Amino acid sequence: MAAPKKNGMQTVYFEKPPVIIASASIVGYLEGEGPLGKTFDQVVNDTYYGEKTWEKAEQRMMLETMQKALEKAGLQVKDIDYMLAGDLLNQIITANFTARVLGIPFLGLYGACSTMYEGMALGAMLIEGGFAEKVLVGSSSHYSTAERQYRYPTEMGNQRPMTAQWTVTGAGAAVLAREGSGPVITHATIGKVVDLGQGDAQNMGAAMAPAAADTITCHLKDTARQPDYYDLIITGDLGSYGKKLAEQLVTQDGYDISDRYTDCGILIYSAAQDVHAGGSGCGCSAVVTCGYLMESLKTGKYKRLLGIGTGALLSPCSVQQGETVPGIGHAVVIEMR
Amino acid sequence: MQFFWAFVIGGALCVIGQLLMDLTSYKFTPAHVLVTFVSAGAIISAIGLYQPLVNLAGAGATVPLTGFGHLLAQGALNGVKQHGLLGVFSGGVTAAAAGITAAVVFGYLAALTFRPRG
Amino acid sequence: MVNINYGVTKMPDNSMPLIKQKQRYMEMVKESTPKPRVLRNVFWAFVVGGLICLVGQFILSFFLARGLSFNEAGAATSTTLVFLAAFLTGIGLYDEVSRFGGAGGIVPITGFANSMVAPALEYRAEGLVFGVGARLFTIAGPVLVWGIVTAWIAGLLYYFFR
Repeated sequence: MAAPKKNGMQTVYFEKPPVIIASASIVGYLEGEGPLGKTFDQVVNDTYYGEKTWEKAEQRMMLETMQKALEKAGLQVKDIDYMLAGDLLNQIITANFTARVLGIPFLGLYGACSTMYEGMALGAMLIEGGFAEKVLVGSSSHYSTAERQYRYPTEMGNQRPMTAQWTVTGAGAAVLAREGSGPVITHATIGKVVDLGQGDAQNMGAAMAPAAADTITCHLKDTARQPDYYDLIITGDLGSYGKKLAEQLVTQDGYDISDRYTDCGILIYSAAQDVHAGGSGCGCSAVVTCGYLMESLKTGKYKRLLGIGTGALLSPCSVQQGETVPGIGHAVVIEMR
Repeated sequence: MQFFWAFVIGGALCVIGQLLMDLTSYKFTPAHVLVTFVSAGAIISAIGLYQPLVNLAGAGATVPLTGFGHLLAQGALNGVKQHGLLGVFSGGVTAAAAGITAAVVFGYLAALTFRPRG
Repeated sequence: MVNINYGVTKMPDNSMPLIKQKQRYMEMVKESTPKPRVLRNVFWAFVVGGLICLVGQFILSFFLARGLSFNEAGAATSTTLVFLAAFLTGIGLYDEVSRFGGAGGIVPITGFANSMVAPALEYRAEGLVFGVGARLFTIAGPVLVWGIVTAWIAGLLYYFFR
């Protein structure tokens, strides 16, 4: 028997859609300089953010973003039932250490760069299920911490291929609540891990595109909707080459999304910023969603949007052992009612 | 004249490295280039073909990492001449000792002195 | 809300076996991936690598003129270049050299020095033993292993067959 609140294969719908009552974002210098710079709450110019290490800087960013989101919602730590957060560092230390400070019951998430959307989907389920009134969701990434964990130390000379993406420095957080005003989450489509054999860790967009396309197609089939139901379909961090591939794959499945589809990784930087294929990292979809997309929903630029957080589920170890890069995509429908 | 050849031969060796990176699979990283160069240099040197290049191009042949391989191989061969079998073990690193020590010491000092910018 | 059961979704085509899907997708990726700009990269690798060797040649000539033997002057040149590369890495300029010059910045001994200093610098926060001490050899370790083993084999062959 199908679960009562499930719609089709992978989609759940919310009878009383949880509300995103507040969101906050803090970004680094490069992101602040980018085209979306004005939609973020704060721009931090120092890569260390006054801390001793980049890891501590990332933690401070996530903590302050969480606090800012609470402040905007007019809430205190004790009002929150659960905190759902994750990041890219080994054993998700940024999220763990942020939760250590906040002292909210904490569920750590790892969905690579899809973490923000994984968190929003789960948070909405917790609220719909009656297990929570208010949930705090967040994720972060930092160029320098991710770069040295996944690739090379930043001061090491090497040439990045055109398909390489730039890890976003930034953190995004959102407060979901059962009651309140703001955009609502009506559906969530939980993605499957898809791997079509792409192995180059410098071309993550191509590794994640099949998972994103799978989730988009599945969502449209599950809800029996056409792409034109949405004003905007936006993936997390496929970058320019991955976006093209995802579009092709969805087209092969019989849906034309080309006139309303874009990617957070493409929006966040301008071509002049020399970041090659675009932005990536947990922070990418988090800050674009919590900053630009929330603002666009509030100003009425978009009414209904389908966001797909995309993650590349690789580790330095799996890459060195010659494994290909599996991808995942979680979709969340956000509407302004 | 040696200045001209230093530029040309040194540049040409780097071109080989660039082609190795651009035309092979993504699995061939800069680290693989360095390892390939040092081993190739040692082999070419051992069969006697690297010394002529050094005579022609000077630093153009010694500065690229093939020159480091050359140094190690020539050290090992000279070690054999002077100390026999023991020289096989001691010769190579002895010849390259200055470069290795410099890299270790300056690397250590730089790590203590500077803070990466990111 | 209606429940629609349309069977199992598979990517990108319901009827296609996974291996076929992978083949087809890898072709799509190949088509969409931009080729590296080889000519441009090769040109700058030549110029940057050539210039570093030219600087090396000036230093070498200087030491030779001071009366050092070729081997001594060579060692002094390497030491000087390694120092310069360590310094440039420390102030954050050497990664720009390689970003621009590609193999031109990686293949010379300055690139080797950069590959030692860069990780040591960044892992300073992990302490002087596991941070700086171990990470100095992230790239240098493999290079030394391969160089020393190759030279050792060459010496051994020479010992038996000279």
